[in-house]
Amino acid sequence: MELILFKVGLVVVLFLISLLIAAYSTYAERKVAAFMQDRIGPNRAGPIGILQPLADGLKMFMKEDIIPQNANRFLFILGPAISMATALMTSAVIPWGPDLNLFGTTVSLQVADINIGILYIMGVLSLGVYGIMIGGWASNNKYSILGSIRASTQMISYELAMGMSIVAVIMTTGSLSISQMVSSQEGSFGMGWNVFYQPLGFLIFLVCAFAETNRTPFDLPECETELVGGYHTEYSSMKLGFYLFSEYVNMFISSAIIASLFFGGYNFPYMQVVQENTSQILFAVICTGVFLAKILFFVFFFMWVRWTIPRFRFDQLMDLGWKVLLPLSILNMLITGFFILLNN
Amino acid sequence: MQSLTNRSKVVSNKTMSWSERIYLPAILAGLRITLAHFFKKKVTIQYPEQTKDHGPYFRGVHVLKRDDQGRENCTACGLCALSCPAEAITMVAAERKPGEEHLYREEKYAIEYEINMLRCIFCGFCEEACPKDAIYLTDLLPTSNYTRKKFVYTKDMLLEGIAPEDRRDVSKRRKGIREGAM
Ligand code: SF4
Ligand code: SF4
Repeated sequence: MELILFKVGLVVVLFLISLLIAAYSTYAERKVAAFMQDRIGPNRAGPIGILQPLADGLKMFMKEDIIPQNANRFLFILGPAISMATALMTSAVIPWGPDLNLFGTTVSLQVADINIGILYIMGVLSLGVYGIMIGGWASNNKYSILGSIRASTQMISYELAMGMSIVAVIMTTGSLSISQMVSSQEGSFGMGWNVFYQPLGFLIFLVCAFAETNRTPFDLPECETELVGGYHTEYSSMKLGFYLFSEYVNMFISSAIIASLFFGGYNFPYMQVVQENTSQILFAVICTGVFLAKILFFVFFFMWVRWTIPRFRFDQLMDLGWKVLLPLSILNMLITGFFILLNN
Repeated sequence: MQSLTNRSKVVSNKTMSWSERIYLPAILAGLRITLAHFFKKKVTIQYPEQTKDHGPYFRGVHVLKRDDQGRENCTACGLCALSCPAEAITMVAAERKPGEEHLYREEKYAIEYEINMLRCIFCGFCEEACPKDAIYLTDLLPTSNYTRKKFVYTKDMLLEGIAPEDRRDVSKRRKGIREGAM
């Protein structure tokens, strides 16, 4: 019973944190963009514009909600709902901190420590493409359908390479559970991060994560110059808000996955020393803080790249996915296998 | 032919080297540049609170001047309206009555004087045409408004006040480029 209450509490907290971080990512994105262009960015709503996400949200709610006459009403509403739901679902299997000993029971700071965590994430991520596909299809608009076709092609192509690069990590860890992947990186004074053992795998995963979240340089599905708004051309009001918002939630979750698969999750250097000298709760808080810092760095990295690199052309995107990343990830897998054999 | 700058690059279709083809060094260089800009000094001017300094040639909203004794300079000769390429200026002339000498410098004055800021192209011909030093362009910008009607600036909006603190300083004003050239 207590366990269920704890988990429900964790779910609610996670939900709120994801939304909060996503909301402030939109603010951060605008600030980062501005700073990289030698500007100041939004600074009128509250001190240094800190209330900007609220103002944006309010604006979205106040807008007229238009459903085009020839659109399929049901699917049109379903699209953004699926996008948002799948974006939020992935946070369930991410271990946010080490296990806690509370009131005599061991509880983990993870909603569900399912033993196929990484498969679950891949599955839910690929469900996300339905949100975009259905939304674009239901809009009954050429731009939307082109945008959603691009999105689905891109996501399907890059999922392959992404999966392959994860397989290498699974081989070294010997487990599909994310919490085990994270705890296996504890070695070498908390610096046994996978990125040092799998640099190529990390690079492939990073590129694929950009493509999966439809971020620049792979933001072809919403390429304004060719496709007006891409798959959300016909959307307005909070439905549009959901699409835009789910992109930021996705970005947050992708950063969390990168951080936990390749950058040791909540592990940090000399953490055994810290663990021995602090109380358990404080240690958990520190670990979660370290994890969040890693995630926020990657969120920043997503934005940093967005304001640096121009967009790919569609054929270049496909070339990169099928002819470069996929063979490379298979090669990476083979090399990993070879070294594992050698160690045995 | 000799090029004017040394910035041009000779285009070549050479095949890319391996490091260029994997694209990553270029990306890293790009990331370094944007990060450097991240910490650079920002160039934004926070407009309503801060304003940019305008040069003496800047042409903004007009002011109708008075002389030292507070009398209106304008004599409603209509030369400004005549010179205006956008036909933004209209006026109605009136004759000065006895006892109004402290208000108007000449025997004839403009009882109504309007400039349509939506028509005006801020060329400054009006101030150059004026024989009485009555109209000047200032560095004020016309404010935004909800109706077209509000952009027609009437005489009471254009005329400077009599009190010394209501006077508009135009001593630094330089009219037109031509004046300097001649
Ligand atoms: S500035 Fe030019 S356009 Fe404007 S009122 Fe004077 S003459 Fe006309
Ligand atoms: S402002 Fe100058 S040019 Fe225009 S009517 Fe008055 S005196 Fe004449």
